[in-house]
Amino acid sequence: MTKNLVVIGAGMASGRMLEHLFEAAPGAFTVTLFNAEPRGNYNRLMLSPVLSGEKTYDQIVTHDEAWYEAQGITTRFGEAVTAIDREAQIVHGARGPVPYDALVIATGSAPFIIPVPGHRLPGVVAYRDLEDTNAMIDASRPGARAVVIGGGLLGLEAAAGMAARGAEVTVIHLMGHLMERQLDPAAGYLLQKDLEKRGIRIHCKGATKVILGQDRVEAVLLEDGTVYPADLVCMAVGIRPETRLANDAGLEVARGITVDDQMRTSDPAIYALGECTEHDGQLFGLVAPLYDQAKVLAATLAGDQAAFRPVQTATKLKVTGCDLFSAGDFADAPGREDIVFRDPGRGIYKRLILEGERLIGAVMYGDTADGAWFFDKIRTGADVTADRDTLIFGPAFAGGAPSDPLAAVAALPPEAEICGCNGVCKGQITRAIEGGATTLDAVRGLTKASASCGTCTGLVEQVMALTLGDGFAANANPPMCKCTDHTHEDVRRLIKSMGLKSIPAVMQELGWTTVGGCASCRPALNYYLLADWPLEYRDDRQSRFVNERNHANIQKDGTYSVVPRMWGGVTTPDELRAIADAADRYNVPMVKVTGGQRIDLLGVRKEDLPAIWSDLNDAGMVSGHAYAKGLRTVKTCVGQQFCRFGTQDSTGLGIRLEKLLWGSWTPAKVKLGVSGCPRNCAEATCKDIGIVCVDSGFQISVAGAAGMDVRETVLLLTVATEDEVCEVTAAFVQLYRENARYLHRIYKWVDKVGLDWCREQVSDPATRAALHDRFMLSQSVFQTDPWADHAARPAEWSPIADLSLRAAE
Amino acid sequence: MSMIDIAALADIPREGARVVRTPQGCVAIFRTATDQVFALDDRCPHKGGPLSEGIVHGTQVTCPLHNWVFDMATGQAQGADEGRVATHAVQVRDGRILLDAARLTSRAA
Ligand SMILES: Cc1cc2nc3c(=O)[nH]c(=O)nc-3n(C[C@H](O)[C@H](O)[C@H](O)COP(=O)(O)OP(=O)(O)OC[C@H]3O[C@@H](n4cnc5c(N)ncnc54)[C@H](O)[C@@H]3O)c2cc1C
Ligand code: SF4
Ligand code: SF4
Ligand code: FES
Repeated sequence: MTKNLVVIGAGMASGRMLEHLFEAAPGAFTVTLFNAEPRGNYNRLMLSPVLSGEKTYDQIVTHDEAWYEAQGITTRFGEAVTAIDREAQIVHGARGPVPYDALVIATGSAPFIIPVPGHRLPGVVAYRDLEDTNAMIDASRPGARAVVIGGGLLGLEAAAGMAARGAEVTVIHLMGHLMERQLDPAAGYLLQKDLEKRGIRIHCKGATKVILGQDRVEAVLLEDGTVYPADLVCMAVGIRPETRLANDAGLEVARGITVDDQMRTSDPAIYALGECTEHDGQLFGLVAPLYDQAKVLAATLAGDQAAFRPVQTATKLKVTGCDLFSAGDFADAPGREDIVFRDPGRGIYKRLILEGERLIGAVMYGDTADGAWFFDKIRTGADVTADRDTLIFGPAFAGGAPSDPLAAVAALPPEAEICGCNGVCKGQITRAIEGGATTLDAVRGLTKASASCGTCTGLVEQVMALTLGDGFAANANPPMCKCTDHTHEDVRRLIKSMGLKSIPAVMQELGWTTVGGCASCRPALNYYLLADWPLEYRDDRQSRFVNERNHANIQKDGTYSVVPRMWGGVTTPDELRAIADAADRYNVPMVKVTGGQRIDLLGVRKEDLPAIWSDLNDAGMVSGHAYAKGLRTVKTCVGQQFCRFGTQDSTGLGIRLEKLLWGSWTPAKVKLGVSGCPRNCAEATCKDIGIVCVDSGFQISVAGAAGMDVRETVLLLTVATEDEVCEVTAAFVQLYRENARYLHRIYKWVDKVGLDWCREQVSDPATRAALHDRFMLSQSVFQTDPWADHAARPAEWSPIADLSLRAAE
Repeated sequence: MSMIDIAALADIPREGARVVRTPQGCVAIFRTATDQVFALDDRCPHKGGPLSEGIVHGTQVTCPLHNWVFDMATGQAQGADEGRVATHAVQVRDGRILLDAARLTSRAA
């Protein structure tokens, strides 16, 4: 006796299940198949090639009329099931009820739509079915503008498909990098670069605020104020299981319809299958585990034993030319280790994640040929300890011994290319060395080898070691940190020459060997990037040392010190009153006069910082940056205004300089002094920059220090007017900002580059003006009061939770 | 274990930390670049520095006071430095952070 089987949803999972069922138990069931879409089963994955024009809909149909007929399936396409009557075992569709003995719910999932204003306007589509795909095809005429919200798998396939048809596409993504659930920042960076190459604009960290338009979409407005005009908006921000029928029928539903290992729901006559299910707390978004579910459910219905066990899934992006692969778990977690390989020249990144002796995850970009091999190791949980050293090179190297790098270089013929960027071969380098170039810089100067992207520096050094033998002293300038072989100088040079504008970009293009850098390189990179690209780069707070991140000096007990700016060391009774009030209000344990002519409030608790800043801001004071690798103070004497020896207005000039320079970030702290005459009461000649006023004008001297080293400044230039003092000082600070390595004070940097070179730069009127202009451009971005900004969001400064109260209850 | 809902994952910046106050002292909740979450006592075993203010890189944090580096999973100091910070069980569920506070809320401990 055949039983009635009703299937709701003709999707990828149910199609596969029916195939297995007719094979395992032919004739056991009379099947009725409902589908809300006005068509039968097709390969949903392949909508992307349909969108891009590489395939047609007919090519992606998986089951046609003839097949349904041969299996005796009653098809009710274009008809949504509206209710399930569990008592009577009947499902209700628009065109009448159908009784069932067994019921399968395979309703897939529904796209998630962010309910921003305008989300219902015509022209806003999701990406789920053929209707959506056709809407995008219609809208993608050359020159049309499309905005895709969501930079995950679906969003990017939608974007690439529309771009392939000639539309101008912008992707707005909430997170810091694309496909953050499958990719780490390094791979996300490479993906973004490839998509941008094909003209797709990517806006990360973008939150959609409103979709604008009268009768249909016209533009998308983001929280940060950016507006992108749009003829079509595709929302691809995620999916949620389609559980409405199951909910109404009173089945057990968590996020998805709860199923057991046999795909049975809480009602023994009802099964669920596909993306609408939740198994053991897990939801599904890729097809591979759903095919396993289909097999299990077919067996269950046929009366056989089978149990569903979710498998690992791997992701690939179906965009031609964007080669990425991600599988397993790549999150940082206890006891995990990374193996990283980067080939910047070819845009390749590979990262393996190991836990104990097993491979548990892999992320790859650019070269994914070994993906299947790694995926297999992840799935089987094979012990990889024996191959560990060569694992990342894939099956080609498996089992081989790691080679001695020097021997490998020795074996290279003279015509072998060492430096890809400049086409320099081994023979040219040996000849240069034999001709007398014994340092890396000399070889670089003569041959250009390693002068561009620098990744071959190690190779060049190995050629030198081979040629010079014991005469080779490895680069005396050590690498920046353990994460890279590059020196600070190389990194600075390459950031500019290669146009690198983000920390992941630097780490990828310069072959960082760690995933997220370390506490030493991250602040340096953050500084280099903001100094070189003031308009494009966005400061990364998490890459700053605590003092700069919190805009206050941390003290040994974890409290902070707060120092408001006192321009040129001059204050007023009102300011003093405000400081005194703040000290009272926040129980400041110590109020101290600093060496830089200001007042320090010591011992402030972190959660009080926003409030005390806000009080001081209200009294007209701003941050003194006493914590900053930036301009600290300008110390002045009273000068001409009061002192009988004063030759110029040293106080006024000091204030003017401080107002010019404050807020600028520099490689290390910068302090200035301005004295009104050579008696030098402001101690200007032991500052980073000291101005001494004389009858005829101003002596600008630099490179002093009064710390671990004590140095007297040396004269840079003598100028006649205050305006010139300002221009020269700004230009000199900019020269320092652009060239010094992070944490080098001015005196250390001048020792390296020579005072004469500095003087040449700031004496030449054109160079000086250009430096000055670049400084002012940077100031237009960075001369803002961090206190005002942070005081507006005090919640971020307190504990996120307080359990001491809970215990007291 | 008694897992207590502390806050939303989104309340902590990536590669950053926030603090939970408890009767046993502050606990730092860290979030890595890949959204892994760790909970450690907010006191460096060296001289008591607030680890929550350190720079987070990978699964390590560097103390802001004298640059000791700790593995956040084990609490173990790295390299030549010797010391260990207490860790606490913590997990993320549906975007919320759950902290095992059994040890932290008992005043007797
Ligand atoms: C554009 C695109 C690209 C994708 N690419 C990939 C990929 O590369 N790799 C991968 O693994 N996965 C990919 N996926 C995901 C994959 O397509 C899904 O995991 C899979 O289709 C889910 O199968 P399903 O049978 O559960 O649901 P579906 O295939 O969605 O089928 C469910 C069907 O049920 C119907 N239905 C819903 N409610 C009712 C109702 N009340 N009455 C009647 N019928 C109803 C729906 O109309 C739908 O036709 C992609 C998805 C899309 C949209
Ligand atoms: S430096 Fe000269 S002008 Fe300034 S206070 Fe001293 S004596 Fe007077
Ligand atoms: S001199 Fe030493 S002890 Fe005094 S404030 Fe400076 S760093 Fe601290
Ligand atoms: S207190 Fe942490 S390193 Fe010293």
